[in-house]
Amino acid sequence: MISFPKQVDREKRLHQAIAFWIARIISYSILLILFLILFFILKRGIGVINWEFLTAMPIDGMTKGGILPAIVGTLYLVLMSMIIAFPVGVLSGIYVNEYAKEGAIKQFVKMMTNNLAGVPSIVFGLFGMALFVNRLGFGASILAGSLTLALLALPLIIRTTEESLKAVDDTFRHASYALGASKLRTIRKVVLPIAFPNIITGLILGIGRVSGETAPILFTVAAYFLPKLPQSLFDQAMALPYHLYVISTSGTNIQASRPIAYGTAVILILIVLGMNLLANFVRSHYSRKVKMK
Amino acid sequence: MRTKIEASNVHLHYGDFHALKGINMQIPERTVTALIGPSGCGKSSYLRLFNRMNDLIDGVRIDGKVLIDNTDIYSIPQSEVDRLRRKVGMVFQKPNPFPKTIFENVAYGLRVNGLKDKKVIGEQVEKALRQAALWEEVKDKLKKSAFELSGGQQQRLCIARAMAIEPSILLMDEPASALDPISTGKIEELIYELKSNFTIIIVTHNMQQASRVSDYTGFFLLGELIEFDETKKIFRNPEKQQTENYITGRFG
Ligand SMILES: Nc1ncnc2c1ncn2[C@@H]1O[C@H](COP(=O)(O)OP(=O)(O)O)[C@@H](O)[C@H]1O
Ligand SMILES: [Mg+2]
Repeated sequence: MISFPKQVDREKRLHQAIAFWIARIISYSILLILFLILFFILKRGIGVINWEFLTAMPIDGMTKGGILPAIVGTLYLVLMSMIIAFPVGVLSGIYVNEYAKEGAIKQFVKMMTNNLAGVPSIVFGLFGMALFVNRLGFGASILAGSLTLALLALPLIIRTTEESLKAVDDTFRHASYALGASKLRTIRKVVLPIAFPNIITGLILGIGRVSGETAPILFTVAAYFLPKLPQSLFDQAMALPYHLYVISTSGTNIQASRPIAYGTAVILILIVLGMNLLANFVRSHYSRKVKMK
Repeated sequence: MRTKIEASNVHLHYGDFHALKGINMQIPERTVTALIGPSGCGKSSYLRLFNRMNDLIDGVRIDGKVLIDNTDIYSIPQSEVDRLRRKVGMVFQKPNPFPKTIFENVAYGLRVNGLKDKKVIGEQVEKALRQAALWEEVKDKLKKSAFELSGGQQQRLCIARAMAIEPSILLMDEPASALDPISTGKIEELIYELKSNFTIIIVTHNMQQASRVSDYTGFFLLGELIEFDETKKIFRNPEKQQTENYITGRFG
């Protein structure tokens, strides 16, 4: 019998403990930074938030009044862009993972999806302007803006759908085929329900990405200031991130609108958080339906 | 006895790899056939021929004839494959219930095949669970997740799921290899019971199991069917030296 030196065990344990602590410290510092940002913004912005701020139009060169049109605009944009991007993205993900044959074309599609995810959002903005606003003649409108934002979110949703489907164990598919189920049936009734909670993650990521973007809406929908709420998909709209940008860089009186800027930031964060919560709720609803445990 | 399944000169290639080399076999109706042989000799590949599950693997080529009820199942149109799989049930090596309720697991095949009447589905689910000797254990928790069952129960649920659509053939690929001895015993009893209604082919690693449950035994080696005969004959005095070596544990 060989006898292993005792201190090897001790060293191993020590290394492990050190690595573990480094990882822990890093992740806690990230959390800390996040909380600091939130705290900073809340502290400065919370003071201006009241009923009027939420429900009134901006007045006096946006140094006073509320931000209602920006809230409404952002809600419209997020909702519309997700209504467009979610089904399209999920269907594409299904196609790529379940139907497309392994090979050059599939690899190419996947590569392009990845590349698309890395394209700067201002490029999406320019593209959206060229295609939706000008070529298709939608003008600067909620429709053009939502389509542009949908394009931005699409790669994320396709990718998460693909990954979620890939994670579904093949034995489930085989069991279904062996019972005489068609491919479509198998995907609809077995694969998708299992993958769906994870696919919702794509939706959450998409919402997060879309609601905070300024560049893609700059030329496609966002208005500097509108005296009334949008009436149709073909109207321009104000939006929180752009409003924030405007009042903190080019307002008539930047100093006077500082508190409003922070208040706007708080609302934007709350909306994103709220939508994430909602999506999480949907997610857990669907994972409860999947009887994994 | 009527011949239920007939393989004649069947070859199977995975790309360049020649996995089954000219298999001939005739399996009579309502009997249990055991397939034995060392790992990698082609038992699973052979089993998957009969419900065309090999079709799902890229690069598979199959030559020769496989007849079920005198129909060549490789000359039927693609649209008939689903119907073939309805007739030829399969139980996999690892229990693989769906992440659905116990009830829905068994009902799935019924719904897939167009049954809508709730009452009929309920009756059929109960019947299948009884046949799989699982009813008493699960009748009070049909709405619970199938994943709450033990491994052995899950495997019997998979058997119930396969039987619910009333196939006439049941393929089982080492159905007890992941189970404890008691669950294994239950599955073996079950196979014995089911023989009166189904033609069963079971792959097994376990010699005792083969001799206990089967009427016929086929011994595979490196993609060839070395010997196929009545189980008694195979285990008492096999024709081939290789068969004898294998069942007495001298290799493999
Ligand atoms: N999908 C596959 N692709 C390529 N080769 C395979 C595949 N499945 C099985 N094989 C090969 O075919 C041979 C027979 O495999 P299998 O039928 O699983 O044997 P057994 O069930 O007797 O262990 C093995 O050599 C295995 O590596
Ligand atoms: Mg095998």
